[in-house]
Amino acid sequence: MAETQIKPLTLNFGPQHPAAHGVLRLVLELDGEVIERADPHIGLLHRGTEKLIEYKTYLQAVPYFDRLDYVSPMNQEHAFALAVEKLLGIEAPPRAQYIRVLYSEITRILNHLLNIATFALDVGAMTPILWAFEEREKLMEFYERASGARMHAAYFRPGGVHQDLPAGLLDDIAHFCGTFPKHIDDLETLLTDNRIFRQRTVDIGVVSAEEAFDWGFSGPTLRASGVPWDLRKAQPYDCYEALDFDIPIGKKGDCFDRYLVRIEEMRQCLRIMHQCIEQMPDGPVVVENHKVTPPRRGEMKRSMEALIHHFKLYTEGYHVPPGETYTAVEAPKGEFGVFLVSDGSNRPYRCKIRAPGFARLSAMDFLCKGHMLADSVAILGSIDIVFGEVDR
Amino acid sequence: MDPALKDLGDYIAAALPEEVTRVEDAYGELMLWTTPESLIKVLTFLRNDQNCQFRQVVDITAVDYPDREARFEVVYNLLSFKHNHRIRLKLATDEATPVPSAVLLFSVANWFEREVWDLFGVFFSDHPDLRRILTDYGFEGHPLRKDFPLTGYVEVRYDEDQKRVVYEPVSLVQEFRTFDFASPWEGILHLPGDEKAAAGEGEEGKA
Repeated sequence: MAETQIKPLTLNFGPQHPAAHGVLRLVLELDGEVIERADPHIGLLHRGTEKLIEYKTYLQAVPYFDRLDYVSPMNQEHAFALAVEKLLGIEAPPRAQYIRVLYSEITRILNHLLNIATFALDVGAMTPILWAFEEREKLMEFYERASGARMHAAYFRPGGVHQDLPAGLLDDIAHFCGTFPKHIDDLETLLTDNRIFRQRTVDIGVVSAEEAFDWGFSGPTLRASGVPWDLRKAQPYDCYEALDFDIPIGKKGDCFDRYLVRIEEMRQCLRIMHQCIEQMPDGPVVVENHKVTPPRRGEMKRSMEALIHHFKLYTEGYHVPPGETYTAVEAPKGEFGVFLVSDGSNRPYRCKIRAPGFARLSAMDFLCKGHMLADSVAILGSIDIVFGEVDR
Repeated sequence: MDPALKDLGDYIAAALPEEVTRVEDAYGELMLWTTPESLIKVLTFLRNDQNCQFRQVVDITAVDYPDREARFEVVYNLLSFKHNHRIRLKLATDEATPVPSAVLLFSVANWFEREVWDLFGVFFSDHPDLRRILTDYGFEGHPLRKDFPLTGYVEVRYDEDQKRVVYEPVSLVQEFRTFDFASPWEGILHLPGDEKAAAGEGEEGKA
């Protein structure tokens, strides 16, 4: 019999596909329905954030961080604020630290709700996204009451937070913490024991701990592979040291474990939020050094010096001493780092943004190889990709 | 700097005296300098040595200093899960000198190196797949170099007649504005319109 050459089918997945979580173009080489090679093409959302930041003052650079991973804005501001604070040699006052941690955890829930819901949608469950978005809306209301914006908050500033929390907000957040566990349970009844969900996720995209190190995994995806590593515990920043919480880890490192880790992390977030509300200290919310943070408005009406400070800060900005730092936080998606180089002027010389999604997406080929076409969607959903941060 | 980190720096410098050219303390973070030739040796040591165990490359990036002879600093940020340390490895290179690729040691380096190649034009030798990654298909230039303008060179729009997206040179409606915030008391040596001072200097020069 004559030998026949079978040519693998090349399939273009995205960039306009609802399961691609944004503008991912995935070029798949298929043998029947089995993936032989996956080549993600990224950069369709590249906005040159790092270049733009080089032309902005340090304060003007803050809003760019909201727009990276647009489902977890405040954690990214946090990384930048900590990096600038390190170079300036200042530390946020205790109340600011607690507010920042409180809002970082709110953001974590926001992110995990969206991820779990869209992941479930990708593998065929419609209801979770409707339920999750209702809860997300409540959380974004807290965002709005603190910062004035639902998503692009620009709330964490180098030196603290922009404004103090309005009266009554902490009580409402505490009330939310009381009601939310019920919603997590509801979400779990839909998914955790669901036969279809399990068939689509268990033993799909298995990553061992060693492979997770090698491929630069971080955050829930690393913990799902059984590595008890969390920057909030290992290299605590702000007031995380004073708080008590557990780190959930997975056993197998498949898509289902990654989902379970995120569910449990949401519960731990509530614990942290509870403690933050209980321990919330009084005092200023930004450092009182007006060479770095603007004076209060009331002060400006009376004091000439305050007026000059305000004018200088919003035109020239502040100068940061020369030096460089790599500062990372545990963002909901993983280790989000800022490598900041200052040359002593009022603008960053270089600001490299280390996005957790970028490293994970590069493992797409490794994760998908040998799986079915439909599994690539489950894998993509479980590694929590948002293109704002991957493309920058 | 944390004493454990300082000891680690001394230990690495003692183990690789030829390869590690400088050990620095940058705001409490440990920073090592090496050369492109010995990069792989240093990375292998950092990954495998019992006292280092830097199993993850967190980030690879570059910084452009156009005034220097070797204009690029390539920066490797490493993380050790076992010892809970971070370390920064740096080397200097220019447009012509290739840097050996770290893909065989760390798989994630693949995309990070592609990104540095794309945005800075630092060439990585032995890289399996050194394509552009973030910029457009067919893009020319390396946008994060300091001599690349912020506005770029081309812009795109959809052309109704040709029924496709066309590339055109950038035309700015308003001239690109940058403000020099150097203080006049520190930055400017010769004030415009201050001829007297210049005349005084001239006389001094003659004398």
